[in-house]
This record gives sequence, C-alpha cells and structure tokens, in this order.
Amino acid sequence: MLQNKKELQIAALQNGTVIDHIPSEQLFKVVSLLEIEKLKTPVTIGYHLDSKKMGSKGILKISGKFFVQDEINRIALIAPSVKLNIIRDYEVVEKKYVQLPDELTGIVKCNNPKCITNNEPMKTRFNVIEKENVTIKCEYCELKIRKEDIVLL
Amino acid sequence: MKKESFVSVADLTKEDINRLMEKAAFFETNPNRKLLENRVCATLFFEPSTRTRLSFETAVNRLGGRVIGFSDAATTSSSKGETLKDTIKMVSNYADLIIMRPYLEGAARYASEVTDVPVINAGDGANQHPSQTMLDVYSIYKTQGSLENLTIAMVGDLKYGRTVHSLIVGMSHFNPKFYFIAPDELKLPDIYKQFLEEKAIPYREFSDFSEDVINQSDILYMTRVQRERFTDLMEYEKVKNIYILKNSMLDKSKDNLRILHPLPRVNEIAYDVDDNPKAYYFEQAKNGVFARQAIICNVLGIKSDD
Repeated sequence: MLQNKKELQIAALQNGTVIDHIPSEQLFKVVSLLEIEKLKTPVTIGYHLDSKKMGSKGILKISGKFFVQDEINRIALIAPSVKLNIIRDYEVVEKKYVQLPDELTGIVKCNNPKCITNNEPMKTRFNVIEKENVTIKCEYCELKIRKEDIVLL
Repeated sequence: MKKESFVSVADLTKEDINRLMEKAAFFETNPNRKLLENRVCATLFFEPSTRTRLSFETAVNRLGGRVIGFSDAATTSSSKGETLKDTIKMVSNYADLIIMRPYLEGAARYASEVTDVPVINAGDGANQHPSQTMLDVYSIYKTQGSLENLTIAMVGDLKYGRTVHSLIVGMSHFNPKFYFIAPDELKLPDIYKQFLEEKAIPYREFSDFSEDVINQSDILYMTRVQRERFTDLMEYEKVKNIYILKNSMLDKSKDNLRILHPLPRVNEIAYDVDDNPKAYYFEQAKNGVFARQAIICNVLGIKSDD
C-alpha cells in the first residue's frame, strides 16, 4: 500500500523516456544539458525523491521524447549511473545507459585561463583520453584534466 | 595540393618526422630553391619573437616566396577587440600560408579550423612550439647519424620548458632513454612521466647534475632555470648555480655527445664550453632554417626534389 502511494508521486507515462537515478544535486544540470526546457511536451521533474541506493535522487519523465545515444551521453560526466527507460504504450520497451563519449563538445570549461577557448567566442572541445578514471584533454591547449578538476560550462 | 597544418608535435607520426628530417637535410645542401615563387606567406606574430620570426622569414625568402605580416599585435585590429577568427579569415584572403605565434594556447589549432589556408604554429603560449622541436630533432639526427636508441639527458627547467615537453613527445617514436636533471621545484610534470610509462620508455630523475649522467649520454639538452618560475626566491638562490655546465665536466663524456640548448642562454652553460667541439647550440639555431623550409614545403604539399 505504502509502496503504491510512493509510485503515485509521479504520473505514469504513455510514450516517452524516464530518466532515473539522477543524483539530486545534478538534476537541473541534467535538465539543461538535455535541453529539456526547449521541449513542448509534458515533462515531470522529480527532485529529492527517496532512493534506497542513493539516499536522494532525481527523476525525469519526458513525454513523447526519445533520445539518441549522442544526446544522452552528454550527461555521462555528471550522472554516469543514470538509467533510461524507454516507454511505449505504458510499457518499458528498452533500457539505456549513458556512456562517456570520445569527444565532449561545448560541455566542459577549460581550466587554462590562457586557452583560446576562454578568450574567443567558440565551443570547447575535449578528447576523453581515459574513460575509466575519466581524464580529458583540451583539443586546443592540450591541457589534461582529471575527473575531480572538471568544471562544466 | 593537399592542405595540411602543422600545429602540434603530438600530431606527427614517426614517418612524418622521418620525412621532415630527409627534407631538412635536402635543404641544408640546397638552401636556395625557388619552390615558393609567386606565393605569399603571412607571419602573424601576436607576441614578439625575433629569433623564430627571422628564421621563418629566412626560410620563406630562401624558397623564393614573399612575406607579409606583423611582429607586434599592438599594431593590429586584435588590439581593437577583433576576434582571432576574423583576423585569420581576413589574412586568408591574402596569403597562401599562415605562420603564427599567438599568445593564447590552442590558438593555432583553432586558426587551422577556421581557414582553408595551411597554418604553421610558431609557438602558442606555453603549449607547443613544434618547429623548434623539429630543429632540435634535426640537430640530433645530424649529429648522431640516426634518431634511434639514444640516451638524452635534459637539464634545468623541466616543469615549464615547453621545448623539453615537445622533444620528449617527438623523440618517443625512436626508442630513447631519458635522464631528467632538475631541482625539485622544476621537476618534469607527472603527465609526461605517465606518457613515458605508457610507451615503456625508460627514464631516471636526478636532482644532482653529475658527470656520471653526462658520461652516459649522447645528447645533453640544457635549458634555462628562470627566476620568475620560482614562488620561493630562496629556492632559486639555492639552485641557480647548481645546473651549470662547465667544460671540465665533459672530460670523460662520449665522443659523440653533443650539447643542445634552445637559446637564449644566461649562465647555465659556462663560456668555456663554447669552444668545445661538443658544443652544438649555435649550429642548432642554424638548422632551424632548414627544418622550417621542410615544414613549409610539407604543409603546402610541395615536393622538394622537383
């Protein structure tokens, strides 16, 4: 009974994508990276929901939107363990996980103040040179940045 | 004609480097070839560097090309707030080749993306100075007869010295062994040590500059310990006179040892070394013209033996 009530916190989805297990503190960053605010379809945003695994989590229910892998990989840096349920006619038809892409364009800020990307109206570009521990390298000034030093734009 | 830019040593394969060495050797014996007739080369020096600019302009002139450009950004529109992209787009209308020294790091890569004209990086801030690396590698090739299996000792500022970092990457294709001699404050950064470990290239670090290390080396690459790099000036005072090469230290060195230095030197090589036949730093600078002739022909897709 209690379990049912909990699930009812969020409306069921007929067709679309449910993104689950988003760290609460990253939820709105995920919203902006996926450009949810530009959608015209109904979106439910769950924030600070209880989670056995994570303590507190965020969830996004997006009607009528099916992401391609490249789009969802944009959030790999901030929410690597996110799970996507693809819903068609109230049924989960597919589960997707994010993967760190080989290249990150316009997502990360270069930590080098003398880098051209911080001085010219242009997009940053990083190559992911180490996927496991996450090390990225600026395509321009060649600065290598470790995971803990990554700053998002 | 193939458009190819020359931006970073990291882009070069072993074959690329070998090809550039052969071309540089060709220009050393045939320096005046009219391969750039009717071509205009722009030298855009947003940051002054007389040595590099003169070397590039000599290379273009010896190849029969013409030079336009500037050597001080204060006289250009970038001082009025023009973006780099706009400057490059404008110059691309005039020139067949852009040789640039920006002060911002990564700017040469970005320039190569916004124009169809080949771009040669003549040094972008603290990042890359690939033509310097090619003249260093060419000097090694010339003095040792080969690039393979050499022991290279690097001395001085290994932390900030971009010529050191680029030379490590450039020589990494040729099975080298490295000795790094530096004060604790100026040790080689971890990312370069990781790079060597990934490639299984042996190296050792020393904080003493001893004759033992010199005697085992084929190349001694000296750099300047710069006062402005130190946060603690007491530290600088302690180390500034330790990493000085004196002629007496070379007594038992190998016959084929050669001493390189990207110049300018201050006091890290004593003047009595200059007359030692193992001192090579002045010829090294001369090799820059040949290496740059090779680079220019390469990016323009010109075959030098035509």
